[in-house]
Amino acid sequence: MTTATHSLVETGENPFALSHLDTLEAESVHIFREVAGEFERPVILFSGGKDSIVMLHLALKAFRPAAVPFALLHVDTGHNFPEVIAYRDRVVAEHGLRLHVASVQDFIDDGRLRERPDGTRNPLQTVPLLDAIESNRFDAVFGGGRRDEEKARAKERVFSLRDEFGAWDPRRQRPELWSLYNGRHAPGEHVRVFPLSNWTELDVWQYIEREGIELPEIYYAHERDVFRRNGMWLTAGDWGGPKEHETVERRLIRYRTVGDMSCTGAVDSDAATIAEVITEIAASRLTERGATRADDKLSEAAMEDRKREGYF
Amino acid sequence: MSTTQEATATSLLRFATAGSVDDGKSTLVGRLLHDSKSVLADQLEAVEHASRNRGQEAPDLALLTDGLRAEREQGITIDVAYRYFATARRRFILADTPGHVQYTRNMVTGASTAELAVVLVDARNGVVEQTRRHAAVAALLRVPHVVLAVNKMDLVDYAEPVFASIAAEFTSYAASLGVKDVVAVPISALAGDNVVEPSAHMDWYGGPTLLEHLETVPVGSDPSEEPARFPVQYVIRPQTEEHHDYRGYAGQLASGVLRVGDTVTVLPSGHTTTVAGIDALGEETDIAWAPQSVTVRLADDIDVSRGDLIAAGPAPAPTKDVEATVCHLNERPLLPGAKVLLKHTTRTVRALVKEISYKIDITSAAGDQGLEQRSGAQGLQVNDIGHVVLRTAEPLALDAYTDNRHTGSFLLIDPADGTTLTAGMAGEAFETVRIGDAPDEEDWV
Repeated sequence: MTTATHSLVETGENPFALSHLDTLEAESVHIFREVAGEFERPVILFSGGKDSIVMLHLALKAFRPAAVPFALLHVDTGHNFPEVIAYRDRVVAEHGLRLHVASVQDFIDDGRLRERPDGTRNPLQTVPLLDAIESNRFDAVFGGGRRDEEKARAKERVFSLRDEFGAWDPRRQRPELWSLYNGRHAPGEHVRVFPLSNWTELDVWQYIEREGIELPEIYYAHERDVFRRNGMWLTAGDWGGPKEHETVERRLIRYRTVGDMSCTGAVDSDAATIAEVITEIAASRLTERGATRADDKLSEAAMEDRKREGYF
Repeated sequence: MSTTQEATATSLLRFATAGSVDDGKSTLVGRLLHDSKSVLADQLEAVEHASRNRGQEAPDLALLTDGLRAEREQGITIDVAYRYFATARRRFILADTPGHVQYTRNMVTGASTAELAVVLVDARNGVVEQTRRHAAVAALLRVPHVVLAVNKMDLVDYAEPVFASIAAEFTSYAASLGVKDVVAVPISALAGDNVVEPSAHMDWYGGPTLLEHLETVPVGSDPSEEPARFPVQYVIRPQTEEHHDYRGYAGQLASGVLRVGDTVTVLPSGHTTTVAGIDALGEETDIAWAPQSVTVRLADDIDVSRGDLIAAGPAPAPTKDVEATVCHLNERPLLPGAKVLLKHTTRTVRALVKEISYKIDITSAAGDQGLEQRSGAQGLQVNDIGHVVLRTAEPLALDAYTDNRHTGSFLLIDPADGTTLTAGMAGEAFETVRIGDAPDEEDWV
């Protein structure tokens, strides 16, 4: 199935019309190739979540028949879903990729980071991430962030300059016009690149369906031991849950996002296939983050504040 | 399965909104998102919560779009934001651009990728200076479709003559700037008239609602009518046993159609060869068109690298002398004599600002003669639009922006710190009339 025949079949009268997925794919591939052409040491942030999996899929397509000219970087919170780590290692082996791992646990063990009282490790990722960027001298870091996720992200550029502290300053962003991306940066600075900026959650799922992309099983309905905390179903595990007053239940659930187990909530669902997931999302009255992320509920500007510190 | 397949085949419309501070743009955007059911329960709940914290009784839909601390604190929008929504027929990317006078650059940014611009006016005020500014920016950036949304019709008793006179004045102004397609819609964003649902108050209006028009306006141009332009982004050489001799030029078609067997010219070198093969993200194909990202193989082993342009049809003559209409984006002024970097498609070259020929007053009443131009001797300040002459260190294959928005556009970048300074559009943008102390033409040619 070539892009050409795919579009011709699907889009009616104008033989040159492109579907929205074809348009988004062409734009994202353009972004990957711009980075390959302009930077010395790019890296793809890879969490094993659907957005980073789609990013990797696009990168593979962008450079065929050559290999992806980027390594992967996984920021490991130490509270990962085992299915996701297994998926990560399988993908790395299958495509002959290089994988860097920045470990939150290492930073806690040697005292550079301290565990938070609430046990959430998501905000702690920033320090190992910036350390990995600095020590590997990465100059472009691909992230799977989408502007539809959150209103601070709606203001994010495709190429987002970060200073030597990794910080984002929304008032000092470069205007971005046409498809002319400015990747110039001083030594020590780096650029975060978001090839999925213009995709929505539904686009990502429709693309996964069209391309037949395999995902970690936790994205599909399965029975799991979970308990209720802050209005979310969290997976019970060694990471620190449940506490004494919290009770474990076995429920049919799935995950809409993949992140740190301590703050990524599951949703009740019987959607076991991609098509069923798409139907479920299309009917959902909750956003992806609203349904599943505890850390964004901390304050009205939680995401903006974390991004200022260097988070994605 | 069938529903998801239908959704996959929908088209994508990028559009921009522009409106003065109190024209109700945030309410309109909120209304579009809300009535197209693109605002979900938790977002609405957050807005209700935040509105209550501010002592407001009704949820303030503007809070849906003002995402940054400073914006919420000051109650203004300080930067372009991108919003996403969908209907059964189409997917939309909305560049939500602030309307303040001092943010012309933001509308330029939003309009650069837009195929349609919604210009909002307050029915009580009609066409004002800001309206002319927005129409001029849409014309300057060659946005193919413009919608005039005459808002707050509820405050003028939904009176047809009010709407008709504003629509006539705007359409004539836009036409004088070269805007070909203007559709005017009378709306009330607050009450919801003609935004998503047809209004019960305006029987006299027979046109589409705003959303209906957004859903049906044709998107994209016909690639078969344009010469092919393929800026080379990256050379793909796998150097594996299986693909030992593979050498492909990766890029995104900026315009036109490429077929295997086509004769093409590589610019700026001017070498001519034929297309030996096209790979569409790993699959061989015999045809590709804008805006697809593909990889092109050429019949002859000639020197081609990032920054080159593979062109078919009438090709632009590479030049080191660039004349362009520009919008200055940065607080630091752009002065004659400045040494800058110029980024055009995938090529970045050094450039000298030889002359700032004149500034353009994009709010002057144009009449038949065009906009007013003034001396540019003092340089361009942030948000200024003007005409410049540049000399580049290497030749560029530029099309006129009026012919091609991709191969006619460029950025000027500060070589010292990488700041994006200026947005450039090759060639003349408007008919302009020189007034006052503009320099003689001989001084800068």
